[in-house]
Amino acid sequence: MINMCKKKRHQGRCVYYSGVEKALITALINYRSVSKIITFLFPFFLRSQNPNNMQSIVSSYHLCLPPPPPVLRHRLICQSLPPIRLPSRRSPTSLRLFPCAAVSRESEMAAAAKEDGQDPRIPKIASSIRVIPDFPKPGIMFQDITTLLLDTEAFKDTIDIFVERYKGKGISVVAGVEARGFIFGPPIALAIGAKFVPMRKPKKLPGKVISEEYSLEYGTDKIEMHVGAVEPGERAIIIDDLIATGGTLAAAIRLLERVGVKIVECACVIELPELNGREKLGEAPLFILVTSDAA
Amino acid sequence: MSRNKQEEDPRINGIKTKIRVVPDFPKKGIMFQDITTVLLDPKAFKDTIDLFVERYRDKNISVVAGIEARGFLFGPPIALAIGAKFVPLRKPKKLPGETIFEEYELEYGNDRLEMHVGAVEAGDRALVVDDLIATGGTLCAAINLLERVGAEVVECACVIELPELKGRQRLKGKPLCMLVEYR
Repeated sequence: MINMCKKKRHQGRCVYYSGVEKALITALINYRSVSKIITFLFPFFLRSQNPNNMQSIVSSYHLCLPPPPPVLRHRLICQSLPPIRLPSRRSPTSLRLFPCAAVSRESEMAAAAKEDGQDPRIPKIASSIRVIPDFPKPGIMFQDITTLLLDTEAFKDTIDIFVERYKGKGISVVAGVEARGFIFGPPIALAIGAKFVPMRKPKKLPGKVISEEYSLEYGTDKIEMHVGAVEPGERAIIIDDLIATGGTLAAAIRLLERVGVKIVECACVIELPELNGREKLGEAPLFILVTSDAA
Repeated sequence: MSRNKQEEDPRINGIKTKIRVVPDFPKKGIMFQDITTVLLDPKAFKDTIDLFVERYRDKNISVVAGIEARGFLFGPPIALAIGAKFVPLRKPKKLPGETIFEEYELEYGNDRLEMHVGAVEAGDRALVVDDLIATGGTLCAAINLLERVGAEVVECACVIELPELKGRQRLKGKPLCMLVEYR
């Protein structure tokens, strides 16, 4: 162990280590510190070679870091399909989160789901959804349902679960929000004998419309519905692929309620619960199959 | 079969009467064929899907490609009924994963149609679905996209055709099945 107070004898006198010298010596003993020093000094070394490339050098250095750990895919909502009660809100305690750490555990999850008396179709549906990082912008983990549509069994199961829930409940309107709501809404409407009402972005519907504004992160947007598509007293469900902040669904609810329609339930394949979209839905209950972390 | 139209089927007339024509939309002179009124009639909507399903269920179709956004209304029910996968073909920047695109002409300028890489495999037998064929530009782009990845486009299926715009001739020789003509 080096005596940190004493360095050497210089011309017969003791010369003490300066603070910098002590630090360097400590660092030399400590391997981790050495690498940190190199890490710290390396860009500056290269900068001295070419001062203009500092930013790109630091960036390319960051690219050398190991890839991030696998994304936690989906926590599953396993439900025993309670009957529809109106007006009601699904209690959070009735949801059972089923941890899903890896796609390859699908068969284990199905078995466990069956043991718990939960719907065994849900794990396959959840595992067929692809998560795309940083789309449409950095930090967002996009829930891509197009891969679910490529799995004929998973797509059929998704529709079947909704149809089993809503058939025979006197629902005459299925409203679907453009554009991914158009994929799930019509098959449900056809199977339960309801009409399908598209809710669209502005200027897409050719006839006379009513519209409802809703907030975006920056600014506002509108959704529109044809006048006369629905009548007062009809019972409706609203379909979309995913609920995030709930802004779009809340606007859809307001549009339908303005013309006297009763919203029986909102139904989505995926919920991002951290975004609290459920709170924007007022009295309308929300039914979902899969929950996922937002980011 | 010189024309792939279900002429004899009595359900066709029921569907035709449900289509609403909206004049001067999106601009003056255009008689817009509004299919949302078909969707409001559960029987007419079911008949529309049934007609296509009856035609395609034994044709070993593995992919139904639907063109955004009204192709999404008809494509998925057909896909589900015939046991095919559904592939959405979308406007630019809507699909989150890696995509391939095909450009096509509009009246003024160009537009693009995109499809996810890997959605369709070489050897897949595909059906392209849209609500209406006008000039055929969008359908032609869809056929190109599917053929580029090695799929075989079996047929294009539309509810409505505007025959005067001769879209049928732009389908690279692929047959077109439509239910209703509007002249």
